[in-house]
Amino acid sequence: MTTTDASPRVGRRLGDLLFAGTARAAGITILIALAGVATFLIVEGIPGIVTTQSSAFAGKASFVSYTWPLVFGTVLAAVIALLIATPLAVGAALVIGFYAPRRLATPLGYMIDLLAAVPSVVYGLWGATLLAPKMQPTYAWLADHLSFIPFFAGPASATGRTILTAGVVLAIMVLPIITAICREIFAQTPALHREAALALGATRWEMIKMAVFPYARSGLVSGVMLGLGRALGETMAVAMVLSASSAVTFNLIGSQNPSTIAANIALSFGERTGVERNTLIATGLVLFVITFIVNFLARGIVARGRKGS
Amino acid sequence: MAKSIDVSGLNIYYGDFLAVQDVNVTIKARAVTALIGPSGCGKSTFLRTLNRMHEVIPGARVEGDVVLGSDAIYGPNVDPVEVRRTVGMVFQRPNPFPTMSIYENVLAGNRLNNRKLKKADADAIVEKALSGANLWSEVKDRLNKPGMGLSGGQQQRLCIARAIAVEPQVLLMDEPCSALDPISTAAVEDLIHELKTDYTIVIVTHNMQQAARVSEYTGFFNLKAAGQPGHLVEFNKTSKMFSTPEQESTEAYISGRFG
Ligand SMILES: Nc1ncnc2c1ncn2[C@@H]1O[C@H](COP(=O)(O)OP(=O)(O)OP(=O)(O)O)[C@@H](O)[C@H]1O
Ligand SMILES: [Mg+2]
Repeated sequence: MTTTDASPRVGRRLGDLLFAGTARAAGITILIALAGVATFLIVEGIPGIVTTQSSAFAGKASFVSYTWPLVFGTVLAAVIALLIATPLAVGAALVIGFYAPRRLATPLGYMIDLLAAVPSVVYGLWGATLLAPKMQPTYAWLADHLSFIPFFAGPASATGRTILTAGVVLAIMVLPIITAICREIFAQTPALHREAALALGATRWEMIKMAVFPYARSGLVSGVMLGLGRALGETMAVAMVLSASSAVTFNLIGSQNPSTIAANIALSFGERTGVERNTLIATGLVLFVITFIVNFLARGIVARGRKGS
Repeated sequence: MAKSIDVSGLNIYYGDFLAVQDVNVTIKARAVTALIGPSGCGKSTFLRTLNRMHEVIPGARVEGDVVLGSDAIYGPNVDPVEVRRTVGMVFQRPNPFPTMSIYENVLAGNRLNNRKLKKADADAIVEKALSGANLWSEVKDRLNKPGMGLSGGQQQRLCIARAIAVEPQVLLMDEPCSALDPISTAAVEDLIHELKTDYTIVIVTHNMQQAARVSEYTGFFNLKAAGQPGHLVEFNKTSKMFSTPEQESTEAYISGRFG
């Protein structure tokens, strides 16, 4: 009796073992890949940081003064993108989830998802050749009338290929992922709580404020952070749109714009050799670290949101 | 404050599916009316038409009239949001807002009506509503703790407090005790007894004893046949319903000979 009992149980255990083994292997593979990338960046990057060859820093005195404008540009472009994309994404997700009739909501959702399928080089082309010239008059107007705001200090760029244009292009690129995540978490709001709000006489918007947003807060943060990750690392579109110098300025509409780390690597990799390349790899390491920090911060916020609810 | 409800010729649809057919009934003010009947016969559906919650389900609609006091709640210029502010509802599963404290949960409805509530007024409303829901003594020392930290029975009474804090004219309850233990159930039933002096109460229940204990009037819903819409078979004083019902199917259902 023990034997007949044991065999199916062994079978099940074997399945469990297999599954646990595969899962563990997958997890370890990811860790190894991550460690490999980090090791590569560190080993290859350090020579580029400590080098005394001045061409490695493109005329700058040190690695820090070379990288700082790039870090600044990277973060600035990503923040502009999120400031534009987040409200749009939340709004679009709300319209699709709660306001639009179903006939309209579904195609609208598909269309926003489709934005994610457009290759970034196409966004780059569009941004550089169409959007930038179209934005230029606006920048000129802003520089004329609102130049007391540091962001619009001017003089306006003649081409329109500014960090603000890059931010707008990035915003459109991160819009689908943030919208998709918002839709997902809005749809998961328990009907119980939505109905509790409606039954108290909440309007749709009040219901969203009472029942949907508090519930969705931590998911929203993760969605925005995913968008931020994409915006930080986006290369092609920024490289094509931005007319970069190494300025550190909050003037968003001028002709002097900081470049981003990723775009800078893509643009200058070809013309660099030897230790000059190591310096680029070191900037890649800096980007890696920034992305890591962003992820940790996001996790912290999400975890705190969970505790609060 | 409390108002009666007149329902006439009410057909209730989910899309093309007629769920409940031709309900005609008058629900008395300041009394408890129980709705009983087998699962799927449309008790919840009917209840949710009384505060226009039915129509929040996509495709759901009604035909016919529901008159609250003297106002037709399905009239052409009636805002469903206004209806819901005067007809409160308590759900089968307790649903306090998870991110709000006990205090804020009670005030949720009042905050919708009046954004700038004075602290003293707010305190008074909270104490009155929680006392009314027999919960004050249990929670008065932890009003700022989350509502989700309460037991199921306490959460349900918190939801009742939230519903009565806005002093509605009618209180609808859909199986309010079905997720509760006997002690919490008794607490909620006591509460219903006390509330009926001020409110018109309609309660859906699967528990015959509960219907007999708490209500003055009882409505029996049933399906004409499988796949047919539900309808109101009989509506009578509870005492008559449970002793000498007029319809045979009511008698069969109440005595447990149902099939
Ligand atoms: N959201 C919905 N969409 C479509 N049909 C529904 C929906 N909710 C309920 N129905 C249908 O309406 C009919 C009545 O359902 P209802 O929930 O009102 O029954 P009930 O009497 O409350 O049952 P129970 O005692 O199990 O709660 C059923 O046939 C049910 O399938
Ligand atoms: Mg029901």
